[in-house]
Amino acid sequence: MIELRDIGSIELDINGEKRKVTIRAAETLLHTLREQLGLTGAKPGCENGDCGACTVLVDGWPIKSCLMLTIEAVGHSITTLEGLNNVPMQKAFLENFGFQCGYCTSGFIMVCHALATIHPGADNDTMADWLQSNICRCTSYEEIQNAVKRVLGKDD
Amino acid sequence: MIPFDFEYYRPETISQAIDLFHSLAKQGKQPMYYAGGTEIISMARANSIYTGGVIDIKGILECNEFGYRGTKLVIGSAVTLTNISESNLFPILGMTVARIADHTIQGKITLGGNIAGTIIYREAALPLLIADSQVVIAGFNGTRQVPFSQVFDGRIKLEEGELIVRFIIDSKYTTLPFFHRKITKIDKIDYPLITVVALKKDERILVGFSGLCNHPFRSIEMEDCLNDKSIPREERIKNAISCIPAPIQQDIHGSGEYRRFVLENTLMDVLEM
Repeated sequence: MIELRDIGSIELDINGEKRKVTIRAAETLLHTLREQLGLTGAKPGCENGDCGACTVLVDGWPIKSCLMLTIEAVGHSITTLEGLNNVPMQKAFLENFGFQCGYCTSGFIMVCHALATIHPGADNDTMADWLQSNICRCTSYEEIQNAVKRVLGKDD
Repeated sequence: MIPFDFEYYRPETISQAIDLFHSLAKQGKQPMYYAGGTEIISMARANSIYTGGVIDIKGILECNEFGYRGTKLVIGSAVTLTNISESNLFPILGMTVARIADHTIQGKITLGGNIAGTIIYREAALPLLIADSQVVIAGFNGTRQVPFSQVFDGRIKLEEGELIVRFIIDSKYTTLPFFHRKITKIDKIDYPLITVVALKKDERILVGFSGLCNHPFRSIEMEDCLNDKSIPREERIKNAISCIPAPIQQDIHGSGEYRRFVLENTLMDVLEM
């Protein structure tokens, strides 16, 4: 049984590396990533699961890290934006201007990269479903969608 | 950031979880079972709830079971909404849970969590109610299997320390013709103005509602009205609406009048099944 009373040290698998952290049991993964590990790709936005700016991948699936306790991540593989190494989605965001201020970009790239990996043949409905998990206050939605379509091979 | 500390446990068996709950409760730690944790984390962050100990049930094998066992579909309480919708083993449930929160959060919310949560809509309960599902509940005095409708009356009725283990659906319900419609005020991702879920079994319509009243429900009286083929459809719907078991909600998502109007039109489509 895994247990943590108040504060303790755990080992996380992040971006292919084993990283030791000392955490509160009540600490969210978002906080640990940013404040302890300096992985600031995951952004604090609403911290309520609404905006998606803090999205990371857990075993390849997108998860809002503000709604996950760090201790829950033990035994799972975490990927943050820093763990992506020039994947096609990053290039497609650049080429399609899929951002303006950039604050939401890392969250969007994580969810879009997961979509392209898990459902490389995604139809428009599936794409819309996944993209609605994230909010861009600069409203770059069309450009972001174009980036995803480019990677999925559905661009005009 | 959650403004208070708690202890975290991830037991591997049901008995470990139950024993932990009672032990923590005796120490005055107000324990909570934890699966997806989305509601617990967001409410704890806002200081709307307190717990001194969370018991994460995701390590318990029985709570993660998902698949057919003979002619029964078994879905553990810790199975995520994403797993349910991606698998398509029970299409009406898959379609219903695919409209709860957003796609990313569906990967964290669990079936048990949606049903046991405090948010009033609990839409995942609707297909389970109309499919006459069973639920397995574990507690200090052992495990019991009961009809889901017997323990769900708008919200699930559990004794102190009881844990939802899994849901059991007869396979004869999983392939029936179905209807699902969730109507929201503006955005696709929102709480429902109304959600209507229906199955057609032996020419009888079975139907459940969320958002219409202040709790999700299945009404046999409304079903009887809708299935009375001796009268025209418009009249059946009028009769069904007169049997709604609680006041129609009036809130920011819509007035009672508007909900009634949307319901009338939706039920007309249900009867087209």
